[in-house]
Amino acid sequence: MTDIDKKDGPADTPPAGPEAIKAIPVRHYGRYVSAVVALALLAAVVYAFSQGKINWGAIPDYFFDDRILDGVGRTLLLTILSMAIGIVGGVLLAVMRLSKNPVTSSIAWFYIWFFRGTPVLVQLIVWFNLGLVFEYINLGPFYKNEWSDFMTPFLTALLGLGLNEAAYMAEICRAGLLAVDEGQTEASHALGMSHVKTLRRIVIPQAMRVIVPPTGNEVINMLKTTSLVSVVQYPELFRAAQDIGQTSGAPAEMLFLAAAWYLLLTSVFSIGQYYLERYYARGSSRSLPATPFQKIKANLLSLSNRSASTGGTA
Amino acid sequence: MTAMVKAEGVHKSFGPVEVLKGIDLEVKQGEVFCLIGPSGSGKSTFLRCINHLEKINAGRLYVDGELVGYRQKGDKLYELKDSEVALKRRDIGMVFQRFNLFPHMTALENVIEAPIQVKGVAKGQARERARELLDRVGLADKAGNYPSQLSGGQQQRVAIARALAMDPKLMLFDEPTSALDPELVGDVLDVMRDLAESGMTMVVVTHEMGFAREVGDSLVFMDGGVVVESGDPREVLTNPQHERTQAFLSKVL
Repeated sequence: MTDIDKKDGPADTPPAGPEAIKAIPVRHYGRYVSAVVALALLAAVVYAFSQGKINWGAIPDYFFDDRILDGVGRTLLLTILSMAIGIVGGVLLAVMRLSKNPVTSSIAWFYIWFFRGTPVLVQLIVWFNLGLVFEYINLGPFYKNEWSDFMTPFLTALLGLGLNEAAYMAEICRAGLLAVDEGQTEASHALGMSHVKTLRRIVIPQAMRVIVPPTGNEVINMLKTTSLVSVVQYPELFRAAQDIGQTSGAPAEMLFLAAAWYLLLTSVFSIGQYYLERYYARGSSRSLPATPFQKIKANLLSLSNRSASTGGTA
Repeated sequence: MTAMVKAEGVHKSFGPVEVLKGIDLEVKQGEVFCLIGPSGSGKSTFLRCINHLEKINAGRLYVDGELVGYRQKGDKLYELKDSEVALKRRDIGMVFQRFNLFPHMTALENVIEAPIQVKGVAKGQARERARELLDRVGLADKAGNYPSQLSGGQQQRVAIARALAMDPKLMLFDEPTSALDPELVGDVLDVMRDLAESGMTMVVVTHEMGFAREVGDSLVFMDGGVVVESGDPREVLTNPQHERTQAFLSKVL
């Protein structure tokens, strides 16, 4: 509540005024109580898991199992490729949606309406079963095959996730494009720049600041959503963990293992997102937010300063 | 000598609201032409019509003898393609009330952007020229700063340098000092005065009556979408004939 107990006072304290205030800080007893309660609950949960019939030793045994690593590789591949489809499709749909052509903007609207309005799990299974509609796929002289041979589990997963993602990315991109001040477009046009150059050089770089954070969210979401494609027989991480669980007799343990891998991967993606946001923030604020390394360095510095200067109160 | 800008009965409506109700005026080459008037009088809209940021609904508007936004063949008007409009805008610099610098680019990058992207000037050459222009507006040491690191007055001077980088034959100023703190106005006006002395044709929408009196060659008072009074700035400002001009000037002077 108060900052009075801080030794190095805020800048607005009158300079060279009367003696500094030395007050007894307010005691927040409620905080102590809630901290103790929270710690006790946490300890109870940890204790329950440690006493449960879970063979924790099985997790490190299989953590770097070849099947698991293959699964991780497929999960990453699927995440990256379906996000790529999602982003390219999303940009295209966003531009279509914002275009003055009523036909293209309606088509984009319809696409987004459909793919956002149906569950991705249902979409995946529909793609898998589209053989009921199309018996053959025939691309003229280039490619001809039976649908069921063409639609491999991988392709099903990729199309199912990517096309669904495009609908979400379209809305994110549209929001980003609309967030850029109209004066920017005007200034660019007044300089004689074309629509395309204005979009590419002026509007999109500024829209990226708005687009990147939710897109990072989407990547992390996508990474987790890939676990759904186990239903179309694609052996990604979750499927691999389940398979091992059934043969090794440690099904629950393998779920924890999969969860640990997902956590690890999402953490890595979050770090990447942080640096991407930093890049697109250039020029937007007077000083860029510190990187974790800079923060750690600053914390260490201030820690040593504090212990040196305020040793008495600490 | 042909007029740089010539308006004949220019009308402009936004939906049901008629903002310009028939503007006739002529801006001569090399002249500083000031537009004054209360807000909502249509002066900014008229300025934006000159480089076709707004389409006019009726009348004719010429820049350097050429129709703005259209091509006339016989008695038929053809709308110009976007690329043709862009081609004409190259020669018309514009300075906005709210600067509209590109925030993700440094001052120097703002100035070299259009010459490189539009005219295809070589990067080194564009940089050299940009440094000259930034020096001319007194900001040689701010070339590497982003707009957010500059004061309003500095941003506006970068914006002027950005417009000059395209070597325009006409400069449009849309209330260039209205968004500035009072003590920063002088720097921007100095740059504009310097530009006027170099012989640039300028159309200036302004509330700075001092600037209009000192630097202006012609002045137009607009109200309610029409030109109420026009003439020599010193004449109009000190001895207004029309009562609406008198009322307006008594409030702002």
